[in-house]
Amino acid sequence: MSDMRCDVSLTVNGEQVNETVDARQTLVDFLREQLVLTGSHVGCEHGVCGACTVRVNGLIVRGCLMLAAQCEGAKVETIEGLSDTGEIADLQAAFEKRNALQCGFCTPGMLLTAQELLAAGGVPSREQIREHISGNYCRCTGYHAIVDAIEAVAQQRAGGGK
Amino acid sequence: MKIVDDSPPILTALDRPNSYIGRAVPRPNIARLTQGRAQYVSDVTLPRMAHVAFVRSPHAHAKITSIDATDAKKSPGVIAVVTGAELARVITPWVGVLTHLKGIKSAPQHAIAVDRACWAGEAVCAVVARSRAEAEDGCELVHVDYEELTAVTDPETALDPATLVIHPSLGDNLTFERVHVAGDPDKGFAEADQVIETTFVFGRHTGVTNEPRSIVADWNPGDQRMTVYQGTQAPHMMQNLFAKHLGLQEHQVRVVTKDVGGSFGIKVHTYADEMAAVALSKLLRRPIKFVADRIESFVTDIHARDHRVNARIGVKNDGTITAWAIDDLTGIGPYSVYPRTSGIEANQVVNLTGGPYVCGNYKARARVVFQNKNVMCQYRAVGHPIATAVTEGLVELAAAKIGMDPLEIRRRNLIPDDAHPSQGPSGIKFEALSNHEALAHLDAMMNYAGLRAEQEKLRRQGIYRGIGFASFVEVTNPSAAFYGVGGARISAQDGATVRLDSTGAVFCHTGVSEQGQGAEAVIAQCVASSFGVPIERVRVIMGDTDNTPYGGGTWASRAAGIGGEAAWQAGKALRQNVLAVAGSILQAKPETLDINNGVVVDKAGGAERISLDEVARIAYFRPDTLPAGVQAELVATRHYVPRQWAFSFTNGIQASWLEVDTDSGFVTLLKHWCVEDCGTVINPQLVDEQVRGGVVQGIGAALFEHCQYDARGQLLNGNMADYLVPMAVEMPDIEVGHVVTPTADSELGAKGAGEAGTAGAPGSVMNAINDALRPLGAAPLTDMPFTPDKILRALGKV
Repeated sequence: MSDMRCDVSLTVNGEQVNETVDARQTLVDFLREQLVLTGSHVGCEHGVCGACTVRVNGLIVRGCLMLAAQCEGAKVETIEGLSDTGEIADLQAAFEKRNALQCGFCTPGMLLTAQELLAAGGVPSREQIREHISGNYCRCTGYHAIVDAIEAVAQQRAGGGK
Repeated sequence: MKIVDDSPPILTALDRPNSYIGRAVPRPNIARLTQGRAQYVSDVTLPRMAHVAFVRSPHAHAKITSIDATDAKKSPGVIAVVTGAELARVITPWVGVLTHLKGIKSAPQHAIAVDRACWAGEAVCAVVARSRAEAEDGCELVHVDYEELTAVTDPETALDPATLVIHPSLGDNLTFERVHVAGDPDKGFAEADQVIETTFVFGRHTGVTNEPRSIVADWNPGDQRMTVYQGTQAPHMMQNLFAKHLGLQEHQVRVVTKDVGGSFGIKVHTYADEMAAVALSKLLRRPIKFVADRIESFVTDIHARDHRVNARIGVKNDGTITAWAIDDLTGIGPYSVYPRTSGIEANQVVNLTGGPYVCGNYKARARVVFQNKNVMCQYRAVGHPIATAVTEGLVELAAAKIGMDPLEIRRRNLIPDDAHPSQGPSGIKFEALSNHEALAHLDAMMNYAGLRAEQEKLRRQGIYRGIGFASFVEVTNPSAAFYGVGGARISAQDGATVRLDSTGAVFCHTGVSEQGQGAEAVIAQCVASSFGVPIERVRVIMGDTDNTPYGGGTWASRAAGIGGEAAWQAGKALRQNVLAVAGSILQAKPETLDINNGVVVDKAGGAERISLDEVARIAYFRPDTLPAGVQAELVATRHYVPRQWAFSFTNGIQASWLEVDTDSGFVTLLKHWCVEDCGTVINPQLVDEQVRGGVVQGIGAALFEHCQYDARGQLLNGNMADYLVPMAVEMPDIEVGHVVTPTADSELGAKGAGEAGTAGAPGSVMNAINDALRPLGAAPLTDMPFTPDKILRALGKV
């Protein structure tokens, strides 16, 4: 029921946020409904599809499996923040060029997941890329183009360019 | 005909200077999707908006004896609790039949069940609240009493006299039956050296769009208009249906479709809960939002397939196919889905079996029956995956029986490329196909001989790999023969309006819509090319019934072939209009001028004469300087519908290369190839990605996806943890090749490309599994999805 409320203070995309939330509210619903950051999407609400992937304290999490109330003092980053800082501009450009998205609903989560892999450095194999993004469901592309785009950015960042 | 691989085809009428036809142009406006700045319906909020959640029947078949909403109405945030009977006062029920499917019948379906629920998951009561969470709280407090009725779940016994008739007024549980005989099948079977008979089973599966179905309905009593934000594939069709069932005029309804998080045929139907949301907005005089959650999606998004096909093929020892026969049975839930009906898939199976083969001795029966499960209807590649898997499964079983190579038996039986126009075994008409050229291209692309050698070598090491093929044809660019002739108000034609703005850019308003396929890019490419501007100067407007020409939307692989041609012609017409004005400014004959890269030029020589923004400036701001009698018309509209051919058939062939672990039954997909012929390739990258995405959807059906029901009609795996979808790690790289056989029906020559992948993938994977296991003496696997337990059973290991 909705009678349990609590206050949370956190940073979202670098901005300080102080809000009162329902104890039962998920992080992704909080981001979408309370902060109107609609770039993170709700696909399955049980942690399988990855459309709600966001970054909390530097690690990607399922926004549907974490409660807003658990984010006290946390540093939360979403696709809006990563877009504005330019952190993944090359990855976004590669997705656009390679048509590694169709409907785009999985794309924000997919980009955050890919960025985690790429930030680890090196040039992962196609198999490693496929393994890493296997918690992010894409119904449109069949994944091939996504793997191509991530692979191309890994090579670019490693100085290989393609 | 020529083969292209990501290079612009040489096309006479299309070969304009500055042409974008055949180029892998990136989709315009795609960056909003990568930056989280899209607007899906689930993102839409409006002032005073309330949310609806539904109480859904836990029983597959039950009488609703009472609904007590007293407690729910007191729940915090709840605005209204509305039953089916109450909602029926503002919205009328519908019946999903079409007159061209002779004898099809169904019963009236309500937005919310009245008196009786016919499947587990059907809405029986609506709770409207300030938030979705509060609406769900309210649902838990609605007390519904049910009297459980016998659930009819098995299609095999649905027609038995002892089985309960779900809708007594219909007399029986038969929705639709079609019997078709062509040539002389009995003679064909008598002449065969071998007759192979088997039963193919296609499990129920569903679309699992990443964004669930979503709708925001906004009835404004002030201007007596209903604005509906809906993730739909067919805005004008929905405009008509909302108006019809709410008692409004069509012009009182506006359907707005912005970004759509996946569709695949899921979002082209009438859904009871979406109709309820619209009716609730009218009733409560405020915006109402409904977003299905994932559990609701599994029990209410249309399911697909669920066919059992007994099939036979006759073949001579020299490989000549002599006859085909099929008997298809499919269960479609308690209602034929409105307005496209649930009879189309079985009808397609009858039409498409035997596909692109010469043998015309064919007999078919298809029966469609009611049952107490979720409704079933058209999903990507409607009927094709079934007909193709049946046909290609039979062909490869026949090849194995007579000891012939599977490509060789196809070479001996596919309709020759120079024999078109022609017809398939059922009588479907082919304008021009390229099955042999596609096969030859595939053979080379995959190094078939090399793979066979590798397969043989590995078998000696106890590693079982298989190669499977599926030739296919695909229905695209449908004319009115698909739905319009049956009485449905679903537009086969589509329109495009192009307008020169005051700075020389172009707006194109189109009736086709975007759900990620790249229709926006294709339309922009067509207009930019035929009008003559850089593509950056074309803005495409779609998905708004107030602001686009009347059209069908995007389904049945029609957006590029039909919407693209309308846009191409509209661009040409605007060019003529602009050149008329430019001619009067330049005192030149319009026919001596052209537009290239945004500039009016001399047709001969290409010398630049006047920029488009200067033409627009004069036309809009200084028309007084034009000669007397010259009125600039800087808008042009054109429409297009295929007229010569009811459908534009595409064709192609797929191959799957996989490995079966004979200890675990797991299948590892190693590689997949598809060569397809969609006519003129407007954007090779978009075509390739449609094929790849479609292939993976077909692979899902072959290996993973299955809506599992128990005998009482309960869905046992309605969540994404238990219902398996293809994820990246299980999927192979997919190579795509093209043969180009344009349709002569349009100037552009483009056919559809959206469903070819899904049409052929299940059959090719099935054939590859059976090819892998053949040396082990396993009984052929024909029951999709091919899960490890079925494979182990075929191997006699469990």
